[in-house]
Amino acid sequence: MASVMEIYQLLPKTNCKECGKSTCMAFAVDLLARKVKVDDCTPLVNDAKHKANYETLSEMFASVKNVTETGLIVHDEKCIGCGNCVVACPVNVANDPLGAGSGKAPTSDKVIFKVEDGVVKARNVQECRRFGENKILCVACIDTCPTKAIEFV
Amino acid sequence: MSEYYVCTGCALLCDDIEVDIEGNKVATVHAACRKGVARMKGCSDPMECTVDGEKAEVDTAISKAAEILSDAKNPLIFGHGNSSSEAQKRSIALAKKTGAYIDDTSSFCQGPIVEAILQDKIKTCTLDDVRHKADVIIFWGADPSNSHPRHLSRYSYFPRGKERQRGWEEDRTAITIDVRKSDTAVISGDNRFYQIPMGGDAEFMDALVSALSGKVPKTSYGFDVKRILELSGVLKKAKFGVICVGLGLVYSLEELEPLFKLMNKLNEVSDFNLIPMVGQYNMRGFNHDLFEETGYINRVKFNPETGEAEHGAEQSVVEALRNRSVDAALIIGSDPLSSLPLSVSRYLAEIPLITIDPCQNLTATRSTVTIPCALGGVEAGGTAIRMDGVEIEMKKIVDTDKLSDEEILTRITEAI
Repeated sequence: MASVMEIYQLLPKTNCKECGKSTCMAFAVDLLARKVKVDDCTPLVNDAKHKANYETLSEMFASVKNVTETGLIVHDEKCIGCGNCVVACPVNVANDPLGAGSGKAPTSDKVIFKVEDGVVKARNVQECRRFGENKILCVACIDTCPTKAIEFV
Repeated sequence: MSEYYVCTGCALLCDDIEVDIEGNKVATVHAACRKGVARMKGCSDPMECTVDGEKAEVDTAISKAAEILSDAKNPLIFGHGNSSSEAQKRSIALAKKTGAYIDDTSSFCQGPIVEAILQDKIKTCTLDDVRHKADVIIFWGADPSNSHPRHLSRYSYFPRGKERQRGWEEDRTAITIDVRKSDTAVISGDNRFYQIPMGGDAEFMDALVSALSGKVPKTSYGFDVKRILELSGVLKKAKFGVICVGLGLVYSLEELEPLFKLMNKLNEVSDFNLIPMVGQYNMRGFNHDLFEETGYINRVKFNPETGEAEHGAEQSVVEALRNRSVDAALIIGSDPLSSLPLSVSRYLAEIPLITIDPCQNLTATRSTVTIPCALGGVEAGGTAIRMDGVEIEMKKIVDTDKLSDEEILTRITEAI
């Protein structure tokens, strides 16, 4: 996912305040946090000279429409179903130590990752350690993926 | 969903697969990797039963196949990697009866390693031992992330085992030795990845033996001495080590002597085992079956009169085809026209050829007789031998009206 600066560079950078934010930088921050939409920036949508930037930004945010509440995305086309994330995920291990935690097929319904038809499927995302009040920046599933098919936005 | 099936996508033979069946077809596969799912869902292009390019009944095709094999003086029977052990035994009996050359893909694959293991020259262990005990795992010339996707997650690196309760995070070290930074090397991490030049494996082994003996390790390609010493330190401290040998290492070594030396040295200072990274799901099964029957694992020619087995490089599929010493061929579950160099395999298209396979392939298009068989592990059951030598029972998942390769081979043998 792009950084705030990358998003900012694609905005008009005029601080026109039409979106209700005081600066374009503030808009970029909210856009990344998904509090506003790309279309909320009227000069970007209407002005022909920003057309290319508008398309780039729209594309950037369209790709994350399947995102779960924790910001977890599984890129189906990249996933090979190796199950590294299934076994490495600390929540899977805690909820299913003798199944997923021991390398076997998950035997509990509480696991976050499960491989189905050769592609990993995320479920029970509210259990993810990146979610909730005591969230931490866990990267077990990202680090262990050989094809970089898992991403957090 | 409570019954577990065995995946036959590769020689890991994962036995924790659940499937949803709809209308006698596998609809959804749970827990298998993409490779396994592709195999278990069946062929996208099934093979037809043909004789001389025309559609035919199975009975006609079988009697034609029997005719070709009995007319031939030196037939070749090749393939076997994707057949059940029962079918492989039938195949060996057929080869004995017809005085045929018999070989499998291990002839240009993991053959030397499996042979050394069966002759007790190398210490080995099972994958379950790896899961429960291994703390140092070396992937040498192997990239399981691509070849055996569930190797790391199911056995070697990520899972928690009886003596490795903390799994990959603290209890295990994965080391990759390869000529390129493979996906497995990325998982091992830069500190645990040793990139060597092509063909540099034997020298690297000698250098490791020197380091383990307390000498200064030297390589002609100037590999960082400190890193080799550091690696030897990790290996010395290992409580239960395992080397997963891939094709990269097998092809690089002219002889296995450096590997034997390294294994002996490693077992002097700690405890190390070796597992070959076998590709096709029952290639090792064929090696076991033929070893039991003849004392050789592959490359055998049966004498038509005495039934004695002759073994050597000349009896290998590659040499037999190159020397044009075969006059008919039976291919079971393999596609030599695609996998062998054209200079060798071209000759196959010139002789009467019989293909037994569930799916259409290049060899089938040039065959006189093609006989479709049931897909092993999906449409037919049986037993197979996993890459570590453990026998796994396969159950049938869906019904089919096709014969299994075991039945086809039995009927061909009876018809001769």
